[in-house]
Amino acid sequence: MRRGVPWETLAPWLVTIGLFVGWEGACRLFAIPSYVLPPPSLVFSEMWVFREALWKNSLVTLWTTVAGFALAVGFGLVLGIAIGWSRTIYAGLYPVMVGFNAVPKVAVVPILVLWFGIGEIPAILTAFLISFFPIVVNVATGLATLEPELEDVLRALGAKKLDIMLKVGIPRSLPYFFGALKVAITLAFVGSVVSETVAANAGVGHLLLSAQANFEVPLVFGGLVALAVLGIGMYAIFAVLERRMAGWAFRSGMNA
Amino acid sequence: MAFVRLEKTALSYPTRDGEVAALEDADLAVQAGEFTAVVGPSGCGKSTLMRLVTGLRPPTRGHVFVDGREVAGPLKFVGMAFQNATLLPWRTVTQNLLLPLEIVEPHRSKLRREKKAYIEKTEHLLETVGLAGFGAKYPWELSGGMQQRVSLCRALIHEPKLLMLDEPFAALDAFTREELWCVLRDLWEEQRFTVILVTHDLREAVFLADTIHVMSARPGRFLHRHTIDLPRPRDLEICYAPAFVDVVHQLRHQVAGVRR
Ligand SMILES: Nc1ncnc2c1ncn2[C@@H]1O[C@H](COP(=O)(O)OP(=O)(O)O)[C@@H](O)[C@H]1O
Ligand SMILES: [Mg+2]
Repeated sequence: MRRGVPWETLAPWLVTIGLFVGWEGACRLFAIPSYVLPPPSLVFSEMWVFREALWKNSLVTLWTTVAGFALAVGFGLVLGIAIGWSRTIYAGLYPVMVGFNAVPKVAVVPILVLWFGIGEIPAILTAFLISFFPIVVNVATGLATLEPELEDVLRALGAKKLDIMLKVGIPRSLPYFFGALKVAITLAFVGSVVSETVAANAGVGHLLLSAQANFEVPLVFGGLVALAVLGIGMYAIFAVLERRMAGWAFRSGMNA
Repeated sequence: MAFVRLEKTALSYPTRDGEVAALEDADLAVQAGEFTAVVGPSGCGKSTLMRLVTGLRPPTRGHVFVDGREVAGPLKFVGMAFQNATLLPWRTVTQNLLLPLEIVEPHRSKLRREKKAYIEKTEHLLETVGLAGFGAKYPWELSGGMQQRVSLCRALIHEPKLLMLDEPFAALDAFTREELWCVLRDLWEEQRFTVILVTHDLREAVFLADTIHVMSARPGRFLHRHTIDLPRPRDLEICYAPAFVDVVHQLRHQVAGVRR
């Protein structure tokens, strides 16, 4: 076997670096004014200047995202198990949930502000609302797609519904659950930032908006970079968790 | 008194286009310790029979008796195996074999205390089916034939009095299938549980069973009954004996007749 450059491992880094280099090059080559598209060098130096504000606001966004996400996990698990448990509950709740999910969550933010005022609570609730749906659907799917034959095997041994859920249903839906967490954390992030740009006095979304109002374009981009870093970080944590907790699904070829 | 008895049993499934009669006026008697095979055309109600006998579905009419009592609700001791091994991919082979013991009494309450003895039991059973030392493997690391062996072990680990097999070898290649016939034969010779084996492989039925029932097309009834008195223990060579071939031939005719 030939052992050359490990291109596959290097590829994501090369692409990322290439992206920034291309961006920098384009800005210089076409002499794009920095109030339209600032070059990354300027964005990063601006980020350094405003590091304190960025850090503080990132923490706020992180907190609202994680809080909303945690609510979504708790609520989504309970609802997902309920839906996967009983066909009647499924029939009753599913259409309502689909309708609910179809409403763009940005449209809900004004109502949340009306109820809870400007601040963290609307951000947390938006993050929650936007991210709980995939968790519910995935957990319910994992439970509902149990092979009928396996269920027969267990019931002929005298297994109760609870036995079947605990021994088969829930472990089986774990890969679906962790797969959903990955998606949900990213969505929660979108939710909290959207809410912050509409109605907040802290958070990266708020920072973006005030920077834009002050025409601090490089800082707007700095905020975006901060968001990207936060998003990637959270996604990565849950991707690793997924592999850890439900690695058998990858190895056995079960598609989550 | 028969261990399993069906009396004028009927079962219809409600569907969108009305009732589908899967089984009609079915009469069947299986003695304790008997190896019974049920053959019949596809869709004639063989799997339905499995659900009736195990109490997973109540009959629409008629009666089902097992072990002297009328079946009302799922029985709590039956070992079952299907065409798919349906092993749990997140459990090792040993853990898969412990699953029935986590459910069936009295093992359920004793399992934690006597874990070691039970694990030894799984090891012994694995050895019997030729899988000694495979306990720590995961199901997806095994071939289809090996998975089916584990599935058989799972059906037998709690030493059930009744084993229900629904086309357990249908998905295997011919050589593996014959190997598994022998595995099942040996398990049965050793433990002498009552077996109802559903199959569409006539040679499989004749090789393994004491009694073969031929079912009619849907709605299923039991039309013919054959007693196979080939000497036991049977060897694969017997498949070429004239007596064996005769019975297979006869069965073939009957099943073909039923299909028309
Ligand atoms: N759950 C069900 N709902 C409706 N019809 C069913 C159901 N299960 C089986 N049937 C019908 O009952 C008949 C017998 O089915 P089955 O017992 O599975 O046959 P076999 O196992 O002999 O192929 C078939 O025609 C099938 O379509
Ligand atoms: Mg069938």
